[in-house]
Amino acid sequence: MNLDLEKVNKFNVLIIKDERIDAHNSSELKDYILQMIERGENHIIVQLAHVRFIDSSGLGALLSGHKNTLAKSGRFALVNIQQQVLSMFELTRLNRVFEIYDSVNEVTDN
Amino acid sequence: MCPSIIQVDVIIPTQTKYLDLIGSIGERIARELDSYTGDKAALAYQLNLVLTEATANVIKHANDENQKDTVRVSICLHQNVLNIKVYDHGQGFDLNSVPEPDFENPKENGMGLFFIRSIMDSVTYTKSDNENVLEIIKNLN
Repeated sequence: MNLDLEKVNKFNVLIIKDERIDAHNSSELKDYILQMIERGENHIIVQLAHVRFIDSSGLGALLSGHKNTLAKSGRFALVNIQQQVLSMFELTRLNRVFEIYDSVNEVTDN
Repeated sequence: MCPSIIQVDVIIPTQTKYLDLIGSIGERIARELDSYTGDKAALAYQLNLVLTEATANVIKHANDENQKDTVRVSICLHQNVLNIKVYDHGQGFDLNSVPEPDFENPKENGMGLFFIRSIMDSVTYTKSDNENVLEIIKNLN
């Protein structure tokens, strides 16, 4: 999976550079996030601007990150979600579970 | 086989790297529907998703000891009815025993079939000795 990691204040910004998250790469994403949390990097922002497609396994990978950061008293936020991708969160009502923002700054400034 | 405006049959190995290909076919078909008056971009996403989820489910449960198993996908558009059939050689499952997701306590798995049911108008699964088939239908009027 094509990922970039940046540090902004106390947040680790995970930039997903693939256009598609599905059962082919979602395990890799899930494991990567779990490794970040194990390293103590439990304030995570996932930047989804490049992602134009996500399936149920992709949502599951993000949900795993959400649950595991919260278990470590961290934060897990999603930013820059494209409209069609956002509709998947709405259909599963996961938009009420995740912290969702328009930009990285919106998370780090608050 | 049905007399159709568009008929696409694809056979792929049961490997997740082909999900993009299968999903993209659905997306392209949606974009070719000149007479569809709804949100074509949304339909394109939905067909990509339904084909991806249905195919991924087959791959997950594939009988692939020798990694030679295949999944066959048939897409047929006829008189504004889109009929998708996804064939598998696995043990099969009972469609009615698959529960709705628990929205209050969401789980990491089990949302795929919910997507298919939510987006499409009809979903059936038929088991047989040689081959099982998941048939999903969407009316495009």
